[in-house]
Amino acid sequence: MAWQWFHRLGSPRWFYEKSSRWLVWFAPLTLVLMVVGISWGLGFAPIDSKQGNSYRIIFIHMPAAALALAGYYIMAIAGAVGLIWKMKLPFMVMKSAAPIGAALTVLTLATGSLWGHPTWGTFWEWDARNIFMLVLLFLYAGIVVLAEVYPSRDAADKACAILALVGTINVPIIYKSVDWWYSLHQPASIKLTGGSSIHPSMLYPLLLCILAYYCFYTLALILYTRREILVRESRTKWVAELAQAKFSQSQNASGGAP
Amino acid sequence: MSDAQHGYPLGAGFRAIIRRDLTSVWRNRSDIASPLVFFLISITLLPLGVDPSDKLLATIAPGMIWIMALLATLLSLDSLFRQDYDDGSLTQFILSPQPLYLTVLAKVIVHWLTTGLPLAIIAPLLGVMLSLPSGGYWPLVISLTIGTAIMSLIGALGAALTVCLRSSALVLTLIIMPLYLPVLIIGANTVSSAIAGVGAAQGLALLGAALAMAVLIMPLAAAGALRISSNH
Repeated sequence: MAWQWFHRLGSPRWFYEKSSRWLVWFAPLTLVLMVVGISWGLGFAPIDSKQGNSYRIIFIHMPAAALALAGYYIMAIAGAVGLIWKMKLPFMVMKSAAPIGAALTVLTLATGSLWGHPTWGTFWEWDARNIFMLVLLFLYAGIVVLAEVYPSRDAADKACAILALVGTINVPIIYKSVDWWYSLHQPASIKLTGGSSIHPSMLYPLLLCILAYYCFYTLALILYTRREILVRESRTKWVAELAQAKFSQSQNASGGAP
Repeated sequence: MSDAQHGYPLGAGFRAIIRRDLTSVWRNRSDIASPLVFFLISITLLPLGVDPSDKLLATIAPGMIWIMALLATLLSLDSLFRQDYDDGSLTQFILSPQPLYLTVLAKVIVHWLTTGLPLAIIAPLLGVMLSLPSGGYWPLVISLTIGTAIMSLIGALGAALTVCLRSSALVLTLIIMPLYLPVLIIGANTVSSAIAGVGAAQGLALLGAALAMAVLIMPLAAAGALRISSNH
């Protein structure tokens, strides 16, 4: 009985119907958080004494980096759940998480290089975090490509899950080894935060931005997963009924006001 | 199941696969040569493409030899399970009472004996060509010996995941490359720090730890991947 909710999670139909109700309030909430967080950070937070206005990109850059990394673990956990309990829905979540994570990684790299130009004087620096993000992008790309090229969907799901799990073990190792490599080479010392702790007037908008990004990630993941559910379940009766209902609804709407 | 219990110990199947694969490699000797030739040619081309001065070559030699060894290993991975997949023996391996972990491990050992080990053995020769400083030879050979074993183990996962694909080279490279990164960093830096006089013990210890972990995890993951990719 206690596990009933868990097994219901495995049903794509249940998720699709529930998430329709969640989206009604969750999508506006995300939008509000994003608008408030980013406009607070970009428009109202105080100017940094060393970096001037260019530091403001942190409000877009840092949450994206955090989620790009968290997204990999979310993807791998979804894959593991799918492998262990042989459920359909987690695989759909895993497959949807890969392109979102890749997009966030690209956003992190892009905003990072835009930020690097005024502060470090270069778009690309062989900094430990830069390399790590680039490797993370390759890890995501591997999953996306593997999911595309596999001949059967079932096999693709399981193969991606295995790759994601092995990648999970590797992510901390890659992170540490890149860090180690960076400290061995001892390049010109560049510090992002200057060692000082961040002032609350900058911290609060940053925290809000992180929260907004988490909501945005969840929203994107739900929307992607819903799309994946419709694609994969397109032959089932409930999707056919859903499509029929949508169709007649739009017929009525256009027919009602000629 | 009963075969495993009645008279066929685990080691027998393991040894049989190693013997069979070594024989098959021996009969197609040109296959072993291709990664070695790639290794040799790319290292020969390197000074022609950059600058043949001793000083520059000595600086980049450890990294370059390591990168070329990595690429040569990558080049040879696709053949790891390909033939067994094509002629159906892979299905027999999966169905047999022998644990697939041991089968994969045996195939990886043969792969390492026929690609990684030869690469490590001829590496000092290439070191001479790239005027590697004298302190770097033993660390280079030892780190490549351990490193290529790790790369064969990790590569087994990539080969197992892509064995059912018709054009697997690009996918294999893409999924394996990020996993090779720590090995390259630790391996190449072991040689550089030995040359710089810091000592190679730290790097070699890290490589050994990575090998121990890879032996435990990678054949398991590759066995799981083989079950998936050969079953559709």
